Amino acid sequence: MIRLAASVAVRHLLARRRQSLVSLLGIVLGVAFFLSISAMMRGSEKDFLRRLVDNAPHITISDEFRNASVQPASVRYPHGAVEVSRVKPQTETRGVRGYPQVLAYLRAQPGLRASALLIGQALVTFAGKDVAIALNGVVPAEYRSVSTIDQYMVQGSLADLIANPNGILIGDELARVMSLRLDGNLSVATTTGQARTFKIVGLFHTGRASIDGGQAFVALKRAQALLDRPNRTNSIVVKLDDPETARSFAARIESHIGYKSVSWQEQSEDLMNTLLIRRIIMYTVVGAVLVVAAFGIYNVISTVVLEKQRDIAILKSMGFRARDVERMFLVQGVLLGLIGDVFGLALGSVLMAGLMQIRFKFPGSTDTVHMAIDWGIAQFALAAAVALAAATIAALLPARKAARVDPVDILRGGT
Amino acid sequence: MNAAAIRVEHVTRRLAAEVPVTLVEDVSLEIRRGECVAITGPSGSGKSSLLYLMGLLDVPSSGRIWLNGVDTSAFDEERIAAARLGEIGFVFQSHFLLPEFSALENVLLPIERLGRLAPAAARHHAEELLAGLGLAEQAHKLPKQLSGGQSQRVAIARALANDPTLILADEPTGNLDTASSALVQTIIRDLAHRRDRAVAVITHDARFAQTADRILTIVDGRLRSEPAALTPG
Ligand SMILES: Nc1ncnc2c1ncn2[C@@H]1O[C@H](COP(=O)(O)OP(=O)(O)OP(=O)(O)O)[C@@H](O)[C@H]1O
Ligand SMILES: [Mg+2]
Repeated sequence: MIRLAASVAVRHLLARRRQSLVSLLGIVLGVAFFLSISAMMRGSEKDFLRRLVDNAPHITISDEFRNASVQPASVRYPHGAVEVSRVKPQTETRGVRGYPQVLAYLRAQPGLRASALLIGQALVTFAGKDVAIALNGVVPAEYRSVSTIDQYMVQGSLADLIANPNGILIGDELARVMSLRLDGNLSVATTTGQARTFKIVGLFHTGRASIDGGQAFVALKRAQALLDRPNRTNSIVVKLDDPETARSFAARIESHIGYKSVSWQEQSEDLMNTLLIRRIIMYTVVGAVLVVAAFGIYNVISTVVLEKQRDIAILKSMGFRARDVERMFLVQGVLLGLIGDVFGLALGSVLMAGLMQIRFKFPGSTDTVHMAIDWGIAQFALAAAVALAAATIAALLPARKAARVDPVDILRGGT
Repeated sequence: MNAAAIRVEHVTRRLAAEVPVTLVEDVSLEIRRGECVAITGPSGSGKSSLLYLMGLLDVPSSGRIWLNGVDTSAFDEERIAAARLGEIGFVFQSHFLLPEFSALENVLLPIERLGRLAPAAARHHAEELLAGLGLAEQAHKLPKQLSGGQSQRVAIARALANDPTLILADEPTGNLDTASSALVQTIIRDLAHRRDRAVAVITHDARFAQTADRILTIVDGRLRSEPAALTPG
C-alpha cells in the first residue's frame, strides 16, 4: 500500500513539476542553511570549549573559603540573643596551609594530576620601563603535567627553569614591549619591597595577549622568597583525564580539604550560559527558515488536493479508505522532505567546506585561525530530521483535508 | 445463491438543511445476479442519489440495504471500504480515470489496493480484463490518449477488477457517440447475462433501457410501480 501511495504521490508531484521544484528548492536551501550555520556555530563552540579546557586548569584550588569564617560563639549559640559587634576575624597568613599534604591527597585520586603554585603581583623593570605582571612560582617538573605552556614555548622550555633556578620564562609580547631577548637579565620587584634579577631562559607565545604580555614563570622557591611567603602556595591547579568530571571532583575535593575548589565549568558559568543562549537563538533562526520552506510544501500539496478532488472521489468509490487517501498526500510531503534532505545536505556540505576556508583572528588573540566547522553526524541528522518533520507536518494538513473529501459531494457536482 | 446481490428496503435519504431536501423516499428494490436493471426518470429525480446509497457511498436516513445477504447498516468505514473494493464496481459518466496513470495502471489500482494477487498475477489479470473489452492495444496509453468510448471501457474493466457481484453505472453512455454507446451498452448487458453480475444502470436512453431485464423509474425520489415504460408521464 505504501508503494501504491508512493506511486500516486510521485505522479501527482510530477504533474505539478514547476511548483514541486520550487518547494523542493526551498527545502534544499533550508536544509543547507540549517546544516552549515549550525555546524559552524557548534564547531566554533566546540573549538572554543576545547581551547578553554586545554589551556585552563580543570580545577583550581585557591587559598580562600567559600563561606566567611564563622565566630565560634555563633556556632555554639546559633539562636543567641546577644550579638557581639565589631568582631574582627583572626588575621591569617594567606596561602594553602599544609599544601604538601593536600597535594598528596590529590595525587592519590586516579586520573588526576596536580601542581601547587604561588601567584603574586610583580613589576618587571628593564631599561627604565616598568610593566606589572603576574608572577607564577611553579615546580617545573610538576607544573608540566598540568599546563600546556610547554607547547607554546618559542625558545627554551620549563625544563630550563630546573637547570637554572634563577631563570624566568616570559611571553614574547612582554619581550617585544620591553626589548628583551633570550639570555638577557630582568629585574623583578614585588610589593614586599624585595627585588631580584632573573635570567630569561625561555619565551612563550600562546596567541593570547593577556598571557603573552602579562605572565611570567619562575621557580616556586624564588617566588616564595620574593613574595615573602616561605613554604606557602596560594593555588593548586588540577588537570583531569576526563574534564567532564571536573564538577563532581571539585565538590569532593572542597568537602575534603575545605579550600575553595572551582571547576572549569563553574569558572566559566556565564560563558556556558551565553553559549546556550546563542545556541537557542541560532536554532530558532535556522529552524524558522525551514518553517518558511515548509509553507512551500503546504502550498503544493494543498493545490494538488484541490485539483484532485475528483480523483479522490473516484479512489474512494473504488474502496480506498480515508487513511489510504491521507497517506497518498502525506507521502508527497515525506518525498519532498527526503529529496530536499539529500540535496540540502550535499549543498550544506559544500557551504561548510567553503566556510572552512575563512580565516580570522579571535579578539584578544594575535593568530589567525580557520573557521571551526563541526562535521559531526549529529548536525547532519538534526538538519535532515527537522526538515523531514517540517515537510511531513506541512503535508499533514492538506492530507487530512483530502481524507475528508466526501465522494458524493464531488460526484454530484460533476456528473 | 438465492439472496439478491442487493436488496434495498424502504430506504429514505434526507438532507438536513435549512429547507430539508428529500433525495430518495421509501424506495424498495432487489437486483439478483444475472439481472440487468435500468433506472430512468427525469433529471433531478434522485437516480444518482439512489445509486450512491446502493454503492454505500451515502448512508440512508432510514431503511436498510442488504449486500449479498448481509445487512450493511452496521458497517464501519473499514467494512464499507472493503465492500466497495471487492463487491461493488462503479462506472460513472465522465472524468473517471486517474489522468496520471495508464489504462492498465488504472485497472491495477483496485487490484493492488486489495492486495490479493501477486504483482505479476495482478498485471496479467488487468491485461486480460482490458483485452476482454477489446483494449489490448490501449493498455499503456494515458487516459487523454483514449477516445471517450475506450475510456469508458477502461472504466468498466476497472469496475470489474476485483470481480464484484454488483455493478452500478451512472449514465455510462451519456457522453458517447452512437457507435461507442452501442458497444458499451452491449458490454454492460453482457456483464449481467454472460458474467452473472447484478447490474444497475442509470440511463436517459430509452432504447438502452428497453433492452434491460427490468426498468425502474424514479420520480421525485420515489419508485414508480413497474412497468413504468408503459405509463409515461
Ligand atoms: N447537496 C444537495 N443539496 C440540495 N439539494 C441537492 C443536493 N444534492 C442533490 N440535490 C437535489 O437532489 C435531487 C436529486 O439529485 P440526483 O443527482 O440524485 O438526480 P438525478 O436523478 O441523478 O438527476 P440527473 O438525471 O440530472 O443526473 C436533485 O433535485 C438535486 O437538485
Ligand atoms: Mg444523476
